[in-house]
Amino acid sequence: MKGMKDYVFAGRVWTITEGDGNKLIADIDTDQVFHNAYLHITDINEMGQYTFGNLEGWKDFHTKAKPGDIVMAGPNFGAGSSRQQAVDCFKALGVKMIIAVSFGAIYKRNAINSGFPIMIFKDAERMVAANKIANLNRLNVDLLSGQLTNRETGEKFQLMPFSKVQKDIYDSGSLLNI
Amino acid sequence: MIKKTIIEKIFHRHLKENSKEGIKPGSIAWIDLDVVSARDFGGPNVVKNYRKVYGNDNVFDPGKIFFTFDLTVPPKTIQYANNQQICREFARDRGINVFDVDQGIGTHVLIEKGYVLPGTIIVGTDSHMNILGAVNCFGQGMGDVDITFGFRYGKTWFEVPQTVKVMIKGSPTGNFSAKDLTLKILKEVKTDKLLGKAVEFYGDAIEALNLAGRITLLSMITEMGGIVGFIPFNETTGKEIMAMNNLPSIPPEVTADEGAGYSEVIEIDITGIEPMVAEPPYPHNVKKISEIGKVKVDFGFIGSCTNGRIEDIETAGKILKGKRIADGVRLAVVPATRKIYAEAMERGILQDLLKAGAIISNPGCGGCAQGHIGMTGKGEVMVSTGNRNFPGKQGDGSNYLVSPEVVAYSVLNGYISYGEDV
Repeated sequence: MKGMKDYVFAGRVWTITEGDGNKLIADIDTDQVFHNAYLHITDINEMGQYTFGNLEGWKDFHTKAKPGDIVMAGPNFGAGSSRQQAVDCFKALGVKMIIAVSFGAIYKRNAINSGFPIMIFKDAERMVAANKIANLNRLNVDLLSGQLTNRETGEKFQLMPFSKVQKDIYDSGSLLNI
Repeated sequence: MIKKTIIEKIFHRHLKENSKEGIKPGSIAWIDLDVVSARDFGGPNVVKNYRKVYGNDNVFDPGKIFFTFDLTVPPKTIQYANNQQICREFARDRGINVFDVDQGIGTHVLIEKGYVLPGTIIVGTDSHMNILGAVNCFGQGMGDVDITFGFRYGKTWFEVPQTVKVMIKGSPTGNFSAKDLTLKILKEVKTDKLLGKAVEFYGDAIEALNLAGRITLLSMITEMGGIVGFIPFNETTGKEIMAMNNLPSIPPEVTADEGAGYSEVIEIDITGIEPMVAEPPYPHNVKKISEIGKVKVDFGFIGSCTNGRIEDIETAGKILKGKRIADGVRLAVVPATRKIYAEAMERGILQDLLKAGAIISNPGCGGCAQGHIGMTGKGEVMVSTGNRNFPGKQGDGSNYLVSPEVVAYSVLNGYISYGEDV
């Protein structure tokens, strides 16, 4: 796998907002991402259907998400428990990456260690609120430079680029391949 | 010499020789782990990952790896029974110890069994591993990929966090417990000020806390978004730890250097503190009990890794002894460990609670992850000593987080309250 990885993603974005508004939801915890009722599941192929299964307004996300999609969320995304399923469920749906204002500390580790791209976008709340980035806009994201381009408008934004350890693990596919 | 905070010093002691970057906030350090654990949640995933990636390769040190079953104990569904058995078989195969479904909450059991010592680093599939900060140990919750790697190699990477210094000030006069202090701090720091940070607490009120109170406060660093918290030992903390873990001596605590670098100093004034309540749907949604109005209660819960110690159960027992909880209200009590359960039984506390109308279960996590006890139905109001009240976390009802005192008074009076109605 080494050297074969994509560092530039193109995909449509789901802005995880309250109702139909343009306010990104803050503090989405792992019980809203992947509820504890399904923690007996260890097969990743079964996990996708429960993604956001306990998040008001987004419970049908698994029927709408398509492989290659990007998720954009507010601050402290993935707060709460240590469950890997809250990362794996997105992988199961083919979601390519998650961009958020910030991540819960354990969630951040879990995503990085399983080679799933996450990126910090400090201005995400403001830019979504200002409709600079809207639900289902098509985006380009460069993991290494941190540049995000909204292909609908051509406008560019700066995310925090991949750290070295994040890139090393991403290149290997998982901490378990190191 | 560079001055260091507590977490930086603990990391420094555990640094792998090949970590060239050294220890400073933001740097990546490869760190040796003292203990690696997995629960009945996460554990079966770890076993699955391990077999797939490492096959029959040895674990790094079977004496430093534990399974701790505490979530669905004994298993309430066939799936959970199967998952626990997957862990047991792997443990048997590799010579790993299991603290099985009879023992209680893994973090508390690890302390009681003497594996948690000042200055150590312990990881596990539990987001409240940071309660170990009460023993001056860096406890870190992790997902199953991280823990699988830890089982194999006994090390992992950490980004060295910044440390925030929190100074607790003021002259509190009224009644307040460790939980009220915890909720007061949560009210002030919300989930952003400590996000991804290590925390050192200083101040008379916080340094006076007993070990159980320290566990209460430091468990909820998770809900504050932080990584781990530390409180300087007072003159009895060391003795309390030795009494809890039954060891004749423990290493000295790791303290911060004078002049260590903190990313921020936060002062919190607790003058006027009173019993506090975290209203649903967020733990940081905290108000004074006098501000919430009359909230009718259906169900009370006393337990969890935050408030399941003997002191918590004893407090409730004293309030409820010789009384009867309100009609139509239920109370569940779940001791954190078997040792606590036995002590509460021997001292007659469980009998007092039972006579008052409580349901008493075997030790474990209770309802936090759809365990046996602590679920609510739609429209039901729970008042709980737990640490989370996110929507749907423990059922469709609403969940108010409070101290053991407030749970006890609330189930007596039938509404959220402190002090008995006359």
